[in-house]
Amino acid sequence: MQRIGVFVCWCGSNIAGTVDVVAVAEALKKEPGVVFSTDYQYMCSQAGQDLIVSSVKEHNLTGLVICSCSPRMHEATFRKTAQVAGLNPYMVEIANIREQCSWVHKDMPIGTEKAIILGKAAVAKVNLNAPLTPGESPVTKRALVIGGGIAGIQTALDIADAGFPVDIVEKKPTIGGKMAQLDKTFPTLDCAACILTPKMVDVAQHENIRIFSYSEVTDVKGFIGNFDVTIKKNARFVNEDICTGCGDCVTKCPQKKVPNEFNLGMDNRSAIYIPFAQAVPKVATIDPAHCTMLKTGKCGVCSKVCKANAIDYTQKDEFITERYGAIVVATGFDPISMDKFDEFAYNQSKDVITSLEFERLTNAAGPTAGKLLRPSDGEHPHKIVFVQCVGSRCDSCAEKGKEYCSKICCMYTAKHAMLTRDKYPDTEVYVFYIDVRTPGKNFDEFYRRAVEEYDVHYIKGMVGKITPEGKKLMVRASDLLDGKQLNIDADLVVLATAIEPDKSARSLATMLTASMDTNDFFTEAHPKLRPVESPTAGVFLSGTCQGPKDIPETVSQAGAAASKVIGLLAKDKLKGNPCVASSDELMCNGCSSCEKVCPYGAITYENKEFRMPDRTTRVRRVASVNPAVCQGCGCCTVTCPSGAMDLRGFMNEQIMAEVDAICK
Amino acid sequence: MNKKYLREDIIRMSGVNPKKCMRCGKCSGTCPAYDEMEYHPHQFVSMVESGDIEPLLESDSLYRCLTCFACVERCPRGVEPAKLIEAVRLTAIRRQGANRLTPNDIPAMLDDEIPQQALVSAFRKYTK
Amino acid sequence: MQVKEYKPLIVAFCCNWCSYAGADLAGNNRLNYPADVKIIRVPCSCRVNPMFILRAFQRGADGVILCGCHPGDCHYTSGNYFTRRRMAMLFSMLDFLGIERERTRVEWVSAAEGAKFAATMNDFVTQVAALGENKRLEDLRCKK
Repeated sequence: MQRIGVFVCWCGSNIAGTVDVVAVAEALKKEPGVVFSTDYQYMCSQAGQDLIVSSVKEHNLTGLVICSCSPRMHEATFRKTAQVAGLNPYMVEIANIREQCSWVHKDMPIGTEKAIILGKAAVAKVNLNAPLTPGESPVTKRALVIGGGIAGIQTALDIADAGFPVDIVEKKPTIGGKMAQLDKTFPTLDCAACILTPKMVDVAQHENIRIFSYSEVTDVKGFIGNFDVTIKKNARFVNEDICTGCGDCVTKCPQKKVPNEFNLGMDNRSAIYIPFAQAVPKVATIDPAHCTMLKTGKCGVCSKVCKANAIDYTQKDEFITERYGAIVVATGFDPISMDKFDEFAYNQSKDVITSLEFERLTNAAGPTAGKLLRPSDGEHPHKIVFVQCVGSRCDSCAEKGKEYCSKICCMYTAKHAMLTRDKYPDTEVYVFYIDVRTPGKNFDEFYRRAVEEYDVHYIKGMVGKITPEGKKLMVRASDLLDGKQLNIDADLVVLATAIEPDKSARSLATMLTASMDTNDFFTEAHPKLRPVESPTAGVFLSGTCQGPKDIPETVSQAGAAASKVIGLLAKDKLKGNPCVASSDELMCNGCSSCEKVCPYGAITYENKEFRMPDRTTRVRRVASVNPAVCQGCGCCTVTCPSGAMDLRGFMNEQIMAEVDAICK
Repeated sequence: MNKKYLREDIIRMSGVNPKKCMRCGKCSGTCPAYDEMEYHPHQFVSMVESGDIEPLLESDSLYRCLTCFACVERCPRGVEPAKLIEAVRLTAIRRQGANRLTPNDIPAMLDDEIPQQALVSAFRKYTK
Repeated sequence: MQVKEYKPLIVAFCCNWCSYAGADLAGNNRLNYPADVKIIRVPCSCRVNPMFILRAFQRGADGVILCGCHPGDCHYTSGNYFTRRRMAMLFSMLDFLGIERERTRVEWVSAAEGAKFAATMNDFVTQVAALGENKRLEDLRCKK
């Protein structure tokens, strides 16, 4: 049996004005378990706290009920007081008789009556309270960044600069991501490579950063502070440590007809390749799908020309397991496939291209060395049509495209249009838009410059159909403001395709038990206040894996994610919330219901040996909750059909007791 | 007829929700009969939405729509303008004396090429 | 002739992060609502076991209201979606048993919606009071 002390606070006249505090203290004295009851003007003051401490000692109290303001206000204060008095801090319950009683009711008898009932409920709960101690778990001071684009690079650099080791896992042979493929960046028009490649070099040279390129994460186990991650290093058939990146093998390779994915298939590369000149790590990779030696065993030219002897045709995939304290997801985006949009003739004509392809066409390191030429015949285009919102803002019942706005298309289309007019004043440029969305620093000014200074024809209306006719592309569209239908004979059409999360994101989210929205973007722990954290503790989000973003936003989010990681890794031990779920193994029937509803992946099942009454042992599958991961929502407790799952601090019994006390 | 009732009737008949339209004009951009029409597909959607239906009922545009469903196929918001036009057309036709085609008109149109089915569907489309 | 004014007994379950804070805000702004409402704090609306609600009715509650964060705003990401489904089931069962729909309610109240909290409680109390005392599910043994 508990020995409970009740302390009723006047809060000056805040409570005492509407509630007869003396009567409350008197009434609660009669409750089971209550051995002492008093009132005081300001319980939260030093004198009030001293009163609590001395009463605990004097009356040998084991539990406290404070009738005062909201627990959101002073619960922490009174828990500390309990600790000072030598009690477990979780033996305190608060009856909220200010915000939820005296302040909302005007009548003294009514207020007093309600305060007594609230006090009774708190007493009933404390009677069933048990001391709780938060668990502690160590923190491994190493971070993992998944994805080596600008988001991953920035996050890794920021964490590494703070002195913590970081590993970057990138599935491509080089880091750099989508930004490495871009030509110029809006709205300042600085060249993407000029600002990105120095950062890539910084990453390569940083003593705290390791790069696992051409690698993937295949398994994640553990929880915040202690993730055990398996990384698969795909065989690149080149010894990374020896390869100097001289490129002799690339020039001598006889198989040169492989579509170059870095240029989106607009030119070819050899079977052994370095994606681009500034690649990091700058080592060659053999594409096993196209290498004659690996396919037929006859060739071996690259190993003959390699002076460093780095080629190793027998290399195998390698699995590495490493422990990390925090994981940052920076998996980025891809433009959507145009297969479902037949009306834009993307698959019929080479001269209908996506914006990312246009970036490569205008990039000095691209397939045309920066000259804007039609992919079909290499001629200079004179009339160019840009189509915005291709695949963005589609209704779900249209069954193609995405429902969201891809955010970056308006600005990069303005950039493309402007740069085209700047370099080639003899071209006519049309942009078909639905809305031009330019919320950002210097964004609208940039768009207006495209219209006013560069004479780009912005037409409100959507392109309905594109038909290749001879060398031309007939673009049929509506001009909504002029009320006419236009037929434009364009030489080149550029589609501002919607972006979607990288395909690998879904399987990664499953491994991390991080939640995603219906579009496969990772969800944040709180949309406003915790935008760079995943609801899964220890998993952080950086860049477009969380939602469409431009480069400055991505970089600032990457920095924010890094600072959260640093904050976590700076701790030696993590103190958990003791109000977590726990399962009664004797009652658990192993049905897995709780595992399915847990948003944090805190519940796992294990086979455990149980000693039966007849002295035999039996192995049963039972749930176990990881207290370091559980956040204490209690969803599992309701789902559990056998009633094995309960939530400490908010036990079924305790809430029932509160209900009973209120309904008495 | 009551204007509000008319709007609701057309929306119910067509099963189209004109509020979903984001005013992109792709329907009009794709319409093969655009130049024949006084009111264009996107205008049908926005005029029905605003309840401005009388001018549509009186317009010849109703019978210029080929019901080719290009607008339905390409609408990114799934609004289905052709179904809406069909509903307005039916509303016009259902009014007394609004038949656009009578059996007496047929002999003048007949030629060897015209299939039976075209006549049947013309009756369905243009008469009450 | 009524001897004593009928006072309904309402049990309100409020999630710690949104609705309980919303109730506090109603207090801070001194927005009145009837004292018949007694609030029980739970970490999340999904912590509310249907058993608690049945127990409340058994013990003579006249109405039970469950408040949580707005859908999509749950502190625990998805808890209130579970609540919504569970309560839809439970309330329809209660309806079947004779506990009117009007006696049960799920309401989304954010931490900023003190006014909504007070208005909701006023409305709910009036609604339950109009139905009169709940006797259908009351376990009379509990009265002893």
